[in-house]
Amino acid sequence: MNVIPKQRFVQKYHLKALGGLLLFILLIWWSARVTEVDFGLFFVNFDQFLALLQKMSHPDWQYLSLVIAPLVETIKMALIGTSIGTLLAIPFSVLAARNIINNDFARGLIRLILNLIRTLPDLMLAALFVAIVGIGSLAGVLTLAVFSFGMIAKLFYEAIETIDDGPLEALQAAGATKMQMIHFAVLPQVFNHFISYFLYTFEINVRASTVLGYLGAGGIGVYLQRSLSQFAYDQTAVIILGILAVVLVIDGISNTLRERLL
Amino acid sequence: MIDMTRRDQPGLKQRQQRWLFWGILIVMIYIWSFSGLEFTGIKASAGEVTRSIIAGIFHPDWQYVYDGSGEDLISLIIQTLAMAFLGTFISAILSIPFAFWAARTGQTKLHLRSSSGKFVLILIRTFPEIVLAIMFIKAVGPGSFAGVLAVSIHSIGMLGKLFSESIENIDAGPSEALISSGANRSQVLTFATLPTVLPEFMSYTLYRFEIAVRSASILGMVGAGGIGTPLLFALQTRAWSRVGIILLGIIITVTLTDYCSGMIRRRLV
Repeated sequence: MNVIPKQRFVQKYHLKALGGLLLFILLIWWSARVTEVDFGLFFVNFDQFLALLQKMSHPDWQYLSLVIAPLVETIKMALIGTSIGTLLAIPFSVLAARNIINNDFARGLIRLILNLIRTLPDLMLAALFVAIVGIGSLAGVLTLAVFSFGMIAKLFYEAIETIDDGPLEALQAAGATKMQMIHFAVLPQVFNHFISYFLYTFEINVRASTVLGYLGAGGIGVYLQRSLSQFAYDQTAVIILGILAVVLVIDGISNTLRERLL
Repeated sequence: MIDMTRRDQPGLKQRQQRWLFWGILIVMIYIWSFSGLEFTGIKASAGEVTRSIIAGIFHPDWQYVYDGSGEDLISLIIQTLAMAFLGTFISAILSIPFAFWAARTGQTKLHLRSSSGKFVLILIRTFPEIVLAIMFIKAVGPGSFAGVLAVSIHSIGMLGKLFSESIENIDAGPSEALISSGANRSQVLTFATLPTVLPEFMSYTLYRFEIAVRSASILGMVGAGGIGTPLLFALQTRAWSRVGIILLGIIITVTLTDYCSGMIRRRLV
């Protein structure tokens, strides 16, 4: 009875774990070769990097008065972009929810489109929209609208799928149409979640919108790009501190509102 | 009893007033945000360019996929993936001390060490990644190494936060058991804390890798290597079929990495 369980050879010497580790180290080594990593180079030019940091640590406070208007513009861009994205996302999220639409094919198609939209990074969308509509805040608003559309639609349909089915069934039993069901059973249950997700996406968009201008899509990013290309790192520091302040304030407001909602 | 429940619920009039207040506030915010924002008109060529981009996606420049020069789609996407992989790996290691710095332990309300750590992490998170990339380009020259450094520093902001939260939410049982049997602090760390948090750390790192693939693909736009550089170049020279193939390449790469990492993460936690 009391037999010590035998370990197979592979188990005894942890060959699986060792093999995995070896593969991992090989991957790291290979990535370092592909990306031409050379930490020596970093330390050779370290004084240049330090000089840059030193310049950044003495922000040019005079520049602050110029920065406030584009920072406000950035917030406006984020708000309008998020709102447009949300308005577009609501019908799609209803169509993608499992408990409302029974057609597997239609739902799968919509989810596939949403997934594809979410693969595109924000700056890439900005580059595309600048090419389409030209330089200016409109490109930024469109970028943020598409960017938040993909994210909000996913958050929304997941929220809709977690609702209590009782009211839905009761309405269906009473002979309600699909629109009536959505109005009286779905919306009251998800409304607070929707507002909360909207605010959350708005926070993310405020962060994203601060760099979109780098490619010409309006807002503070335009100034960021200008100061960097002029090597005016003391101005860059002011802009980054301004972005930090805005992000902290917006996060604070949005967090208090979300806590009150849920 | 009835009175008590009544008192909790605001009266109809009060509720209407509250709705009115929020309604007016929201309308005012929107009026404010639409005012002063200049929409300097859509360029006349907008429709045409959109059509060209869509046509480019459906008629991609297949020649660009692989031509053996090292500047083609496949080699640059592999470079992008390598940037994200190495950057995330370095960042995960750098994040561990930050996580222990920022993690709140004990019950005290004001916690200087943890609060300062959390603030530093917020600072890192809001520092725009492309600015970091440009700073590192100054130090190591344009190329994917600058991208690796930018990814590895920027990711600390998020990974440090997620790691510190998982340290805070750790089950106290194993470490208490070790302390009560006389283990010292380093033993508690190696035998109780690390084994509990390691799977979560790995799962978060994989999640961050998914995000890093996206950001590595745009870092090239400022000259930090990867697929972003040819994309920006193709957009500026209006080579729409080139834009189309690069977009397709990025969409496929991101979808595949998301899928693979999601599968591994499901097995981890």
